[in-house]
Amino acid sequence: MNTEPFVVNVGPQHPSTHGVFRMRLTLDGERIIDADMIMGYLHRSMEKLAEERTYTQNIPFTDRTDYVAAMTGNLAYVLAVEKLCGVEAPERAQWLRVIMCELQRFASHSMAVGVFANDCGTWQTPIMHMFREREKILDLFEMAGGARLTTNYMRIGGVSSDIPPEFMPAADRLVKELPKRMDEYEALLLGNEIIVARSRGVGVLLPERALACSVSGPMLRGSGVAWDIRKADPYAAYPQVEFEIAVGTNGDVYDRFLVRMAEMRQSIHILEQALEMMPDGPVSVPVPLAVRPPVGEAYGRIESPRGELGFYLVSDGGPAPFRFHIRSPSFINLTPLPELAKGVTVSDAIVILGSVDIVVGEVDR
Amino acid sequence: MTEVLSGLEIAHRVEQRFPGSVVEASPEGAIVKADVLVEVCTYLRDDPELGFHYLVSLTAVDCLDYFEIVYHLQSIQANRLAVLKVRAHDREEPEVPSLTSVWWGALLQEREAYDLMGVRFKGHPDLRRVFLWEGFAGHPLRKDWLGMPGGLMPGLERFPGDPGGELEGRG
Repeated sequence: MNTEPFVVNVGPQHPSTHGVFRMRLTLDGERIIDADMIMGYLHRSMEKLAEERTYTQNIPFTDRTDYVAAMTGNLAYVLAVEKLCGVEAPERAQWLRVIMCELQRFASHSMAVGVFANDCGTWQTPIMHMFREREKILDLFEMAGGARLTTNYMRIGGVSSDIPPEFMPAADRLVKELPKRMDEYEALLLGNEIIVARSRGVGVLLPERALACSVSGPMLRGSGVAWDIRKADPYAAYPQVEFEIAVGTNGDVYDRFLVRMAEMRQSIHILEQALEMMPDGPVSVPVPLAVRPPVGEAYGRIESPRGELGFYLVSDGGPAPFRFHIRSPSFINLTPLPELAKGVTVSDAIVILGSVDIVVGEVDR
Repeated sequence: MTEVLSGLEIAHRVEQRFPGSVVEASPEGAIVKADVLVEVCTYLRDDPELGFHYLVSLTAVDCLDYFEIVYHLQSIQANRLAVLKVRAHDREEPEVPSLTSVWWGALLQEREAYDLMGVRFKGHPDLRRVFLWEGFAGHPLRKDWLGMPGGLMPGLERFPGDPGGELEGRG
């Protein structure tokens, strides 16, 4: 019988692409024989815009790259500028950064896990549970910096403002509550037949291939490579907290999901330590508003919820960066997607894309 | 803690292996000749002592006289980071070899550099624009591509000249 390949566009407007992202799948029957990624629908050319603004004015852009994890985006950028200028934030700011980033990691991973569960077919129930805790975390962000989503909280040389007195009791309450919620999630999701049936053995990425494809974050760790910037190249107050790197064994979609769940537990563990160890003192050092770093270049990186988020800055001594490059984990983690999607069905490709956990604002920038 | 390998050290090792391949070296990074780039990178990846198996980041910088392509390499085992650079001098048609044969992770990042900076990567299996559409005029990250009519700098105008007076301090 004569057959011919059939092309299906998943996206740009499709609930499973989590933003305006398009997969162009060529099918032979139900099997994918070729997958192409089409992106750029959310491209705002932030790297060019940033060359026309001062270093401080650029901080809000870093909220809007990965808008699901704005705090970590802020931190990666200010760390790069601090490296460039030779500024160091005071002790209390370093701890506030750890607290905010771990709260953000928990919020971002709960979104990732909830949305992934949606992709698998556990329709809407897990994500509603996840959103409940995320709301409380965003309330804390609002308390600290005034904004919930695009926080704009970190500053060159510290953070924008100290936390109000209500923050610590509220954070304590939340951190005491989260382990119970994690128990609930684990009971609900880990052995969930829908998730296991859809994700185990699907989208296997071997460790050597993961490294060759430059993937990072839970995707790399799901493949069994224990690589976490918080341990490998620690920043802020991370050298003083203890936690474990969560790794998977099989490198499939299920392991990436497991790694995220385990990292949420570790985030709670870090938060418990950080809330206890937080010192008093100033939260920022004075830095000129239009800071002019010396001529040179710097690469600052952190472990964002999605992987290694880095900022490569080149300064010509002026008030605006000469070059501002974002090493975006969402974008680079897409590198192995076509090869993972080849040979599987469309429904599996949806789950594989969900396990990569992209944020299109960060893919397109 | 990641040890950042000095560009001088990288240059020394590369020079021993491939004499005459290093153009310039500073502690910030080693600049190698474009025609031996693939060999140098294969050596950096496969040498058991160096073992840079992981390409962290690839990007291009428009330095006005030339384009500089910057590679950040990571050795997972030894936890070392190195910066390697290569220059393309042709303003109209800058071209450097593609590193997709060494690190597949260069695939999308080279497409990005081609799209936004207009640097061509010879040997790339699928060199298409990634964010902008085919037919978009120019490459926006080049310094001579002016995003605003007349090259206005709307953000900086709010801090004219920055005399260092009233703007100092965070108030």
